[in-house]
Amino acid sequence: MNPAWHRIRDQFPTLHQKVNGHPLVYLDNAATTQKPKSVIEALDRFYERDNSNVHRGLHALSMRATDAYEGARERVRRFINAEHSEEIIFTRGTTESINLVAASWGGANLKKGDVILLTEMEHHSNLVPWQLVAQRTGATLRYLPVTGDEGLLDLPALDRLLTPEVKVFAFTHVSNTLGTINPVAELCARARRAGAISVVDAAQSIGHMPVDVRAIGCDFLAFSGHKMAAVTGIGALYGRQALLDAMPPWQGGGGMISSVDLFESRWKPSPERFEAGTPNFGDAVALGAACDFLDSLGRETIREHDGALARTAYERLAELPGIRIIGPKGERGGLVSFAFRDLHAHDVVTFADEDGIALRGGHHCNQPLMKRLGLTSTARASFYVYNEEKEIDLLVASMRRTIKFFGLD
Amino acid sequence: MSADLSDLYQNVILDHNRRPRNRGRIPSANRSAHGDNPSCGDQCDVFLRLDGDRIAEISFEGSGCAISQASASLMTTQLKGKTAAEAERLYGEFHEIVTTGKEPEEISDLAAFAGVHAFPARIKCATLSWHAALNALKGDPAAATTESHTD
Repeated sequence: MNPAWHRIRDQFPTLHQKVNGHPLVYLDNAATTQKPKSVIEALDRFYERDNSNVHRGLHALSMRATDAYEGARERVRRFINAEHSEEIIFTRGTTESINLVAASWGGANLKKGDVILLTEMEHHSNLVPWQLVAQRTGATLRYLPVTGDEGLLDLPALDRLLTPEVKVFAFTHVSNTLGTINPVAELCARARRAGAISVVDAAQSIGHMPVDVRAIGCDFLAFSGHKMAAVTGIGALYGRQALLDAMPPWQGGGGMISSVDLFESRWKPSPERFEAGTPNFGDAVALGAACDFLDSLGRETIREHDGALARTAYERLAELPGIRIIGPKGERGGLVSFAFRDLHAHDVVTFADEDGIALRGGHHCNQPLMKRLGLTSTARASFYVYNEEKEIDLLVASMRRTIKFFGLD
Repeated sequence: MSADLSDLYQNVILDHNRRPRNRGRIPSANRSAHGDNPSCGDQCDVFLRLDGDRIAEISFEGSGCAISQASASLMTTQLKGKTAAEAERLYGEFHEIVTTGKEPEEISDLAAFAGVHAFPARIKCATLSWHAALNALKGDPAAATTESHTD
């Protein structure tokens, strides 16, 4: 066993507490993961020692902060195997990354008659930005369907849907509600052959499995730090250099210009062009530390660990009366969504919390998908590196008590 | 089970959740309003037949947690036969109960919701149907949303 996994729970301070009298069982990792000591310490160290505004600074601290910030960019480049560090733009997270592509690339390239192809399993963050740019440009939206409760993309339908009018195809790597792992490399290749750019929402995959932008072959890829053991408020957009070079800024301000006159300005190249204002360098440093942490564990091992827990949870939960589990039966990302007949997810989550178990309940920012599945809400258990099989036993026992309380057993 | 949780899920609430009263659409309704709880996706439609200023019939449709469904069901039993002013006053009492946990002086089924106050995130669940009903009474066509109210 890789020594980095030894006593892994000890590395996460938040896990060691009681909730409602029970040891915390944290199963809300698809919403946000807990943070290891190494990430918290990296943040502390930066603010205790190196804090200063980056770029243009000629003094020692500013140079150190700039090195730390640009070092984090290089670390993220390596983490996703991008070709150039200039292809990494720091953002607040997945949502801002997708908004950047939609506003900048979409605003400059989409027009009436063009089609934006999405899938029915997209999180609102990969849906609403496209609705906004569609309204602004006159482009229209089109959806690749999801089939059945197993929640797989209807790939044969792509032949019919990926027409020459499609200029952009945006899809999630792993569904935050279904747990489906989409064949992103195949989808990107199909998009390219059809003359469309590809945008991958990697929010749910980035911290859980190897993500290699060159192997995937995507044009853009968006993710958040806080779902991969880093802190909130930082994420990144990967964009292929040639596309970024041709894109206009989407926000104006300091740091992104090469020169400013009263009536016009000239832009710096990427990444500065897309990072107006003082960037979030402190959190970028923490994101770099999270990359180190995850690579020390090995992302292939994390994928196996989280996937195995999700499959075990699926099998164990399936034994409960009146339960409906959505998403694939076999290979899946590290989460399981389920609903009980005649019992709402919020009641399930409240009862789980009573047992110290953190679940999420609701529509998971996936309202169109929920409608398609004929559900209003599901409860979701999502796993990460520190979760253990015995926590699934506690989850199942808690669910049994809840079902009994509501007389559904 | 903790005292807080058993206070929240009282028998009156479980009963209304399991066997909702006045659920469905009244064919003769002359007022209706829709309510949304955007943070959790709960929805509620309230239908009224107003006879002058008085609620002659009332019903609801919707989806949501046990608290929201039971609250809508119990509300319909409380509002039938009331005037708009009386409905406003009852909502005032109900709001006091769910936000403070203080039970009213007069005996009322609404007191079953006193346990909600210990779960601030659930107050919106309990008040959603009331917002929709008050909007229907006012003839306000805009959807009630719990986000635009302080609770």
